[in-house]
Amino acid sequence: MSSELITFTTIIKAIITDMFSYAFMDNAFAAAAITAVVSGIVGYFLVMRGQTFAGHALSHIGFAGATGAGLIGLAPLWGLVAFTVAAGISMGLLGERISNRDVAIGMTLALALGFGLLFLHYYTAFATQATAVLFGNVLAVDRPTILILLFLSTVTLVALAAIMRPLIFSSLQPELAEAKGVPLRLVSTVFLAIVALAVSECAQIVGVLLVFTLMVGPPAAAQRLTGTLWSGLLLSAVLALAEVWIGLVAAFYTDWPVSFCIAVLSALIYLAAVLRPAPVSNLSPAGDAGIERRS
Amino acid sequence: MSVIDFDRVSLTVGERIVLSEASFSIAQGEFIGVLGPNGAGKTTLMRSVLGLLQPTSGQISVFGERPERGDSRIGYLPQVRTVVPDLRVRGMDFIATSLNGERWGLPCLRLADRKRIDETLADIGARHLAERPLNEMSGGERQRLLLAQALLGKPQLLVLDEPLISLDARHQEVAIDVVRKICRKLKITVLFSAHELNQLMGSIDRVLYLGNQQAVLGRTEDVVTGPVLSKLYGADIQVIRAEGHVFVMSRGRDVERVDHLHNDHQGHHH
Repeated sequence: MSSELITFTTIIKAIITDMFSYAFMDNAFAAAAITAVVSGIVGYFLVMRGQTFAGHALSHIGFAGATGAGLIGLAPLWGLVAFTVAAGISMGLLGERISNRDVAIGMTLALALGFGLLFLHYYTAFATQATAVLFGNVLAVDRPTILILLFLSTVTLVALAAIMRPLIFSSLQPELAEAKGVPLRLVSTVFLAIVALAVSECAQIVGVLLVFTLMVGPPAAAQRLTGTLWSGLLLSAVLALAEVWIGLVAAFYTDWPVSFCIAVLSALIYLAAVLRPAPVSNLSPAGDAGIERRS
Repeated sequence: MSVIDFDRVSLTVGERIVLSEASFSIAQGEFIGVLGPNGAGKTTLMRSVLGLLQPTSGQISVFGERPERGDSRIGYLPQVRTVVPDLRVRGMDFIATSLNGERWGLPCLRLADRKRIDETLADIGARHLAERPLNEMSGGERQRLLLAQALLGKPQLLVLDEPLISLDARHQEVAIDVVRKICRKLKITVLFSAHELNQLMGSIDRVLYLGNQQAVLGRTEDVVTGPVLSKLYGADIQVIRAEGHVFVMSRGRDVERVDHLHNDHQGHHH
């Protein structure tokens, strides 16, 4: 028994030492952790507001930003941040007319991808990096990038904390929130700018096409499994973190792309949450509910 | 002293004139039933009382002032209720979002708030809803939760937009009864819109009937009459009274019931 345990810990130790003998793995774990926590938390509100498609569109707009930045010789990350934040703010200012309209959002993201392609066309040297923008390249993250991610994450989370109370109120009960004096449009605009920042960070790890794996999968699973805000936020962040770290380990030993491993884990976790049988609520008096169901 | 005062008020939504030069005055502690055909402007009128819509002419005063958003003396139950997605939020936490929900920063639920919510839920016999997740509640349970929420800040004016929707007959009576008792006990003024007059008949002090850009406020026996309603509906209306019930008929059809069915098919309307 104890010898088995010792063998097990030795193997784990060997695995970890092996993995972290590469500096790029250190960086990858750090960058992935920072991004996963932010994505899980911001994504929680994105799912709560039913705006996941808007988040998806922002990431595609980010693709045009990243390739456009390459064209003028800037780091793709700044192109991503500039384009997504600008797009997020405009979506918020346009209000309900666009931010919840599938067709308008769909057209915008298609147009953005088109522009991204055009920028690639004129800056062919960037083409090799295009895959990294689309599907992420966490193994290429360096120290300066980690510092930038840390800074962006801090800004994102502080901004989110500042608007959290009216954000929740206006997400759950917009009509009442409006009557109580919540500036709905301001809240929704600031929120979409926050989402834009989170998307830009997330795209560094899993790429613009796979932001759903961190910003939708974990929060959607968490919302099915928890009953209160803080436990939900915590679980969402933990699930996202688990996905990226386990994904990195799996990728290291299988040589499969990291983003693929993360995508699979995200889908599995969400599936498990959906398939989990609904908890029997022992607090609901059956008689009362029965009467009302008949109506 | 009047709580709500309309002085030659005109209201428009987009291009449509909803109310034209309407004047009436509602006193403190009155339980007012707000009625009228679909699209007559019940919701619009309530929004103007809440300060969400400015009149195009005339003057509205609520508590003697121009109404402004976020008046804590007003409790509100809106008609269009956003459907909450897959979120397992407990009843308690759901209505807690409205407590100081307009303030910036992180949400927090203090013990005192928790107690207040608990007491209010107990007042309307819905204490068990505090721990229930919202997505497991029936329409009627949700409605009661929202009613509790409207009562939460100890308001002096309650604006209830179609609070009876999705309640069965028994719970409709319970809801009306709760509102009336609270209204009497705490001298709260109530605006209560509904599709059908009959359920409200014994409870309301006066009726505010809307239609055809006009508003008539008065006792039901004075307002719910053939001549007055014909003007408001813009059609030949007959009012038939039988055993304490009132039927508003147009060419042999029950207008309120037709409205109601029509509305059920549409889901919600604006």
